[in-house]
Amino acid sequence: MSDAALRRANAEPRWLRHLLLAVGLGFLFIFLLLPLLAVFTEAFSAGWRAYLRALQDDEARSAVGLTLLVAVLVLPLNVCFGVAAAWAITKFDFRGKSLLITLIDLPFAVSPVVVGLVFLLIFGAQGLFGPWLAANGIKIVFALPAIVLVTMFITLPFVARELIPLMEAQGKEEEEAAVSLGAPGWQMFRRVTLPNIRWGLLYGVILANARAMGEFGAVSVVSGHIRGETNTLPLHVEILYNEYNAVGAFASASVLALLALVTLAAKAIVEWRMRRETRMLTANLAAEQN
Amino acid sequence: MSIEIRDIGKRFGSFVALHDVSLHIPTGELVALLGPSGCGKTTLLRIIAGMETADSGQVLFAGEEATHVHARDRNVGFVFQHYALFRHMSVFENVAFGLRVKPRRLRPAEAEIRRRVSDLLQLVQLEWLADRYPAQLSGGQRQRIALARALAVEPRVLPLDEPFGALDTKVRKELRRWLRRLHDEMHISSVFVTHDQEEALEVADRVVVMNQGRVEQIGSPDEVYTNPASPFVYQFLGNVNVFHSRVHGVWAEVGREHTAAVSAGEATAFVRPHDIEIEHRPVAGSLQATVQEVHAIGPLVRVELAHDSELIEVELTRERADVLALAEGQQVWLKPRQLRVFATPPPLLEEGGSGI
Amino acid sequence: MRPLFGPAPLLPGFRLALGCALVYLSLLVLLPLSGLAFKASQLTVAEFWAIASGERALASYRVTFGASLLAASINTVFGLIVAWILVRYSFPGKRLIDALVDLPFALPTAVAGITLATLYAGNGWIGRYLEPLGLKIAFAPPGIVVALTFIGLPFVVRTLQPVIEDIEPEVEEAAASLGASRLQTFVRVLWPALLPALVTGFTLAFSRSIGEYGSVIFIAGNMPLISEITPLLIISKLEQYDVVGATALAVVMLIISFVMLFVVNGLQWWAATRHGARAAGGARR
Repeated sequence: MSDAALRRANAEPRWLRHLLLAVGLGFLFIFLLLPLLAVFTEAFSAGWRAYLRALQDDEARSAVGLTLLVAVLVLPLNVCFGVAAAWAITKFDFRGKSLLITLIDLPFAVSPVVVGLVFLLIFGAQGLFGPWLAANGIKIVFALPAIVLVTMFITLPFVARELIPLMEAQGKEEEEAAVSLGAPGWQMFRRVTLPNIRWGLLYGVILANARAMGEFGAVSVVSGHIRGETNTLPLHVEILYNEYNAVGAFASASVLALLALVTLAAKAIVEWRMRRETRMLTANLAAEQN
Repeated sequence: MSIEIRDIGKRFGSFVALHDVSLHIPTGELVALLGPSGCGKTTLLRIIAGMETADSGQVLFAGEEATHVHARDRNVGFVFQHYALFRHMSVFENVAFGLRVKPRRLRPAEAEIRRRVSDLLQLVQLEWLADRYPAQLSGGQRQRIALARALAVEPRVLPLDEPFGALDTKVRKELRRWLRRLHDEMHISSVFVTHDQEEALEVADRVVVMNQGRVEQIGSPDEVYTNPASPFVYQFLGNVNVFHSRVHGVWAEVGREHTAAVSAGEATAFVRPHDIEIEHRPVAGSLQATVQEVHAIGPLVRVELAHDSELIEVELTRERADVLALAEGQQVWLKPRQLRVFATPPPLLEEGGSGI
Repeated sequence: MRPLFGPAPLLPGFRLALGCALVYLSLLVLLPLSGLAFKASQLTVAEFWAIASGERALASYRVTFGASLLAASINTVFGLIVAWILVRYSFPGKRLIDALVDLPFALPTAVAGITLATLYAGNGWIGRYLEPLGLKIAFAPPGIVVALTFIGLPFVVRTLQPVIEDIEPEVEEAAASLGASRLQTFVRVLWPALLPALVTGFTLAFSRSIGEYGSVIFIAGNMPLISEITPLLIISKLEQYDVVGATALAVVMLIISFVMLFVVNGLQWWAATRHGARAAGGARR
């Protein structure tokens, strides 16, 4: 079949194509681009000076600090869990594997508000361990520990979810080869497994980071909204907005929006790298068939 | 180093992969594990390499108990069917891997590693690819690198899992002759798995024919081909005509005279196409048949004949065919030059039975 | 032949890895969730029922489910169009737009909430054109639909994209060569291939919407019985120190989450068995 005929068989009439493009792009414009533009426009609505002043505010700075701290505490644990879970699931067969995979997905399905409440019920003043914690002077709820815990819960699936399909596709022959050549477990992991999964791992970390820094619902339940102490950046945005301080709220929001854009860019770069490696792998398979 | 396999059994769930397999591999031999897929040959190889643990039985290396030695400490250089090269390492680093992961006190110095790797790359004739990555190599090159990588650790045993399975016919033939030469130089006990009888017969010193988790026969390529121990081996190695005593009484009776074990009941005779003589006149113990088709294939002439409703295949040399001058529809008499009779009905062959 | 059953003893770290994963999962997810069940078990069935079916609770379910259903439907229609044009057509800035589709995954919900509220308010960029027409969106139930549409947007697109990419052009050519019109080809050939992914995407968007809180509360107006979503009702009960009431509602939401998780898994299995594994690998976040 000729090229032109092929294209005709596969394509909508010209008017329909234009209509679909207009509708699709119009939808994306209204729902994605306009909000993004609005964040920055509102942030700068009172000029550069007001914007910078809003960001240099002590409470804003402490909110940024807390948000970063939470991410730094949560992500390494999340990476360890993701790698361990993916290693067990993809390289070994055992009973209840699909149940484990479903459980890993669970935090995606639970409402953030319910997550917050759950930790409140356990560690709160009226919670299961509340009286004991109070008696021993340990503060979890309305403090950093609870914020970290809910963020750990919310971000739990990200790294594992990225690694499982990737490691499943890579199989276990390379690790077996490493072992048969005498490599001890750690050497095998560091020299063979880790280089193979690094991009998938990074991808998962990027997504988990975005969620960790941006989580609102769950953190809002357990943080107690103590200004300058337990306010993360998203909570800071809420407080300023509710006080009708639009410039302040949007200035902080613009920082988070910027984080989102950086996330999208990093994600696109990693996706590109991963596609390149997949292409290398498919080149592998093609050569095998020759 | 010799390998001794004693009564190895292995099951996966309810599937029995190996039934009490015993096997002796003398030092320096190149042994082929041959059989259809699912016969347990790869499982046996992986047990030898320590990549799988047996449920029962023993593995001895040079007379020493090795059953529970971890693959890491067995010092075997496993060669994988799909190469399993480390995709993020250059060819050089792939070959050097086994040396680099040695404990510090055993690890050779960097210069020594470089020397050994380049020696090995020379051995597999691929020094010029040292800086490439696996994805940039052809299948045959990858397999040679995989072999060099396995040899780098100076293995005591070299197990190869379908080493040429993923390659095309031409490369496969080249590579297996090359492997034979390499083996003759290195003299490491090597075991390779294959489902290709031609490969096993051409390369190996000794062939182990396996079926449904059991060893059917062990012998030199010539032995297993000319003197198969079971109907399965007969059918798996080369073409064969099968005759049931019920249908072809004459031949089965002929065979029975030579086979003391099969004295009564149903018998089945196996004759290779090139072991049948065609005569124009009836002779003692011959079978009448009608010539159906005559094809000249290279140096051979293949004749298809019908006896009642059964098809019989005969291979003749060109000279003999010229003398006979067979024509379609002609009546002839067939006499086996060599045949074997077995009491049991032959098992159904699922795949890989025809060839050569 | 690969081993079919039983752990391969060859590779190290199975017990360590599985042990770590199970401990982490148990301490962080299972234990806290069973704490919720424990707290709820202190209620009698009648008490639980009285809270879970109270007037305000019922109204909040109506609002939550109605808005989620509507938003997921909007996303299904437009998501199909967006996925189609992103895969099949070429236009300037396509890769940028493709990357931007994930914005709702990456943008913190609070930011989305205040921004949408500002856009659709009576003096906002969009609200100022709609309000004179009598369309009040922000601080009214339609605002909830707008926020949930934003939140759920990537799910349908990302689930559909790989499926559309996988449709071989030959199939459409074959249909055309057999005399089918473009519309017939779409209805008879493409639609059945897309349906599992569409349903999966819809369900993912819907289940995310039900639990959504951050983006909604800023734009909803939060009037009890009219524009109050269930997660907000849980929060307001908490703020009134009605922990028991909040717990009961949380249990209701958790049960719905489990059902949705079950449905999504079932759908992905269905899509995978019908149209290859790729349909299942789509958007999850």
